[in-house]
Amino acid sequence: MSEIITTNEVRHLVQGGIDSWEIIIGLEIHAQVVSNSKLFSGSSTSFGSNPMSQVSLVDAAMPGMLPVINEECVRQAVKTGLGLQAKINNTSVFDRKNYFYPDLPQGYQISQFKYPIVGEGEVAVDFKDKESIVVNIERLHLEQDAGKSIHDLSQDYSYIDLNRSGVALMEIVTKPDLRSAEEAKAFVTKLRTILRYLGTCDGNMEQGSLRADVNVSVRKPGDALGIRCEIKNVNSIRFIGQAIDYEAGRQIDILEEGGIINQETRLFDSATGKTRAMRSKEEAHDYRYFPDPDLLPLYLSDDFIKQVAIELPELPDQKKARFINDYGLTSYDASILVADRVSSEFFEGVAKGRDIKLVVNWITGELFASLNRLSLDIANSPITIESLGQLIDLISDKTLSGRLAKDVFEIMLDTKEMPKKIVEEKGLSQITDMASIEVVVDKVILENPDKVAELLEKPKLIGWFVGQIMKETAGKANPANVNKILRDKLKLG
Amino acid sequence: MIDIKNLNLKQIRDGLQNKSFKAIELTETYLNEIDKAKALNAFITVTPDKAISMAKESDNRISKNESRNLEGIPLSIKDLYCTKNVRTTAGSKILKNFIPTYESTITNNLWSDGCVMLGKLNNDEFAMGSSNETSYFGPSINPWKRKNDDMPLVPGGSSGGSAVAVSGSLSAATTATDTGGSIRQPASFTGTVGMKATYGRCSRWGVVAFASSLDQAGPITKTVVDSAIMLKSMAGYDVKDSTSIDLSVPDYETNINKNIKGKRIGIPGEYKIKGLDADIEKNWEDGISWLKSEGAEIIDISLPHTKYALPAYYIIAPAEASSNLARYDGVRYGERVHRKDLDEMYSDSRSDGFGEEVRRRILMGTYVLSAGYYDAYYLKAQKTRKLISNDFDNAFNTVDAIMTPTTPTTAFNIGKKFDDPVTMYLNDMLTVPVNMAGLPAISIPSGLDKDGLPMGLQLIGKRFGEDDLFSIGSVIEDCRGTFPNPAQWWIEK
Repeated sequence: MSEIITTNEVRHLVQGGIDSWEIIIGLEIHAQVVSNSKLFSGSSTSFGSNPMSQVSLVDAAMPGMLPVINEECVRQAVKTGLGLQAKINNTSVFDRKNYFYPDLPQGYQISQFKYPIVGEGEVAVDFKDKESIVVNIERLHLEQDAGKSIHDLSQDYSYIDLNRSGVALMEIVTKPDLRSAEEAKAFVTKLRTILRYLGTCDGNMEQGSLRADVNVSVRKPGDALGIRCEIKNVNSIRFIGQAIDYEAGRQIDILEEGGIINQETRLFDSATGKTRAMRSKEEAHDYRYFPDPDLLPLYLSDDFIKQVAIELPELPDQKKARFINDYGLTSYDASILVADRVSSEFFEGVAKGRDIKLVVNWITGELFASLNRLSLDIANSPITIESLGQLIDLISDKTLSGRLAKDVFEIMLDTKEMPKKIVEEKGLSQITDMASIEVVVDKVILENPDKVAELLEKPKLIGWFVGQIMKETAGKANPANVNKILRDKLKLG
Repeated sequence: MIDIKNLNLKQIRDGLQNKSFKAIELTETYLNEIDKAKALNAFITVTPDKAISMAKESDNRISKNESRNLEGIPLSIKDLYCTKNVRTTAGSKILKNFIPTYESTITNNLWSDGCVMLGKLNNDEFAMGSSNETSYFGPSINPWKRKNDDMPLVPGGSSGGSAVAVSGSLSAATTATDTGGSIRQPASFTGTVGMKATYGRCSRWGVVAFASSLDQAGPITKTVVDSAIMLKSMAGYDVKDSTSIDLSVPDYETNINKNIKGKRIGIPGEYKIKGLDADIEKNWEDGISWLKSEGAEIIDISLPHTKYALPAYYIIAPAEASSNLARYDGVRYGERVHRKDLDEMYSDSRSDGFGEEVRRRILMGTYVLSAGYYDAYYLKAQKTRKLISNDFDNAFNTVDAIMTPTTPTTAFNIGKKFDDPVTMYLNDMLTVPVNMAGLPAISIPSGLDKDGLPMGLQLIGKRFGEDDLFSIGSVIEDCRGTFPNPAQWWIEK
């Protein structure tokens, strides 16, 4: 991590026992590249296959085996770099990072040390109720994942699964630009959105496709950077926040008691919410990086980079700007809708030719709340673009009142039926025809002479009459028409 | 009985084609000779069943006029090449029971051309050595002896077994590998022709790696034309080796005995090193006058950085080796010393599995790549390598090939230099610069010294200038005259 302070502006302070402290956070994100085969071999990368079923001779580091770069992984890294507004390096070099571990078959990881494929870039991060921040990206490089060690199958042996061995990862390193757990979480969320838009990483943290090493230090405002600790391999956005808060608190306690921070690698324990020491600087590995002589330097032509740029999809920030501009959305609504590519596409699908305000309210309101309640993704929503569109059409042509629409929506969630069909089958359409409503209004007035007398004293009682009429019509009468007829009949003006 | 002692590969090829003898007879003759030559210890593994079945297949094809280019020619393979279902040891205890499930690209090329495999040849452990004495399977012995001296001599290394098998007429030709002279030095010590191809000419896929940026394959044969025939089959672009070059392989055989009138031959002053044997220096002068007499132009040239080649080589080669050999960790294949503790398992498996010279080079390599030493050693060595390469580039502006002795001395006694690694390393002084520059070079038997031991002249060519080396080499061969076979002292009467 670079020690350059990119901003002196203090955005966030935490109160210790004695002083106020600023937290300085930098992240190293490991994002698994979406590709059919591994970075240097033809083995499949699919998740959850039988142990050792996706292991080639290269992945197992058999004698005499050689790596061959997978062009698709290179393309994905370049795409990601462009999505992070970053400089793409025409020349990059693969290095060997040497260390021994049973799930590292070669005895080294092929990575990029001095010359990464992608250089400096930036990511804008928005918040609901405060100013956006820009997080600077230091670099992005390609590297191989290791295999998996399994320690709980036997008392005497550890087991190794090499299915992951050699899968391509992008390591995305930020500058120490983040100042709170909230900012860090928002940044990772935004980065994940960008990666998913690009289709370069699926962002599934529970499957380990996205992991973060979190560098945390604290300082008094205006001081030089403090000594940092690196929390390894945190695998959920919530845990990233917890780890930062715990670690900052731990460091502040030590410093306020007059102690010093040991530069060390730590682990986050999600069961306790605490971090604990893994190894200190003295025990740190000497990785003996050197250029991998089995691989030539990677040269990317400007044409190749241009071609990838042409294929780049619309990114969340561009889409948000377009939503504000083209649909007149508020900044907040727009950022909610673009946070997920599928949501944004859902919105645009429904919005076509319809009342935008109604569409936004239904998606960000009823739909998101229901999906949340049912723990469903928009991608597997029982409500489709077509069905929600039809529902909104039924509201717009006054077939359904807002209340009826909500009832229909609930049935749609359950049955995945189209709203028109539900309305027909259940006879739910609104009664708008004045004559039909008039009959009911007359009936209610006739049956309740005392209430009529009362109403003339207290005009607010009109609500009771509307309620009665709605009851009589099983909710199907158009409330506006009911109101109008009542007022006419009772001469309420 | 076929007189294989006086047959070279080309003659065997012709004999098989015009049905003077059958592949099976030939193969049985060789197997018989191998059996009688145990004292030479040239083979680690003999594969008689495989040889006989391959020979039968060849006879079958010959009888049906379906011969492939090298149909029925019995070869042996350095035990650094992985051979499918045939034990491949790299001369090491750690791989003493390793049986690959795959075939190296080069051996696959040879079998596809119809060659017959007799067995796997002895070599220095992981190709680290210049005398074949570091092999876990014991030293291979030079078929040549000094006049009136019964002391066993080294055949050179690391491809000792490959040179012995050809010199002792135990195979029509053999494969070898050359990282710093491992083909040319043993060829020179045994009166055989050793060709190291241009880096990138032959695939390294499936050949156990010593130092990836220096390793290159080539054949050892009795004659220059045999060398041309073998290299044609072995060489070629391989998508599985990212450092192999996509260039078509010429028909090298057409270069034999080509007129060399006007060819410019460089003689580098820097190769007249201290310690260059007087007979060898005289032989070099003979070589110069032979070429002159054939119309070549002799030009004195300078390769000013020659003296730095050996020290730089002994940084780069061990550095790469220390990383390449990390995969032999006892985890997936190879010998393991069982221990409860992981670090103990690693260190005991590797201490037990690797011999002293291999351990020495791993330690040297680890040291020069370590934090704080990398710039002073590895980086400096790489810069030196570039200067050495530039020297050659400059020279090739004015010459077509360079001629030098292959080694400073002829073969030495077994045990003489074994405990003095630096003296042993000096053996490679005249061969190492070629590997540093990635150039092709050939060693041709050029005479016998006062003790009756073979001497060799080295021709160094331009990148992919193998054809020039074959034409000039065949002229040297002609001028030299018939080269004797060693007395077959190893056959027990």
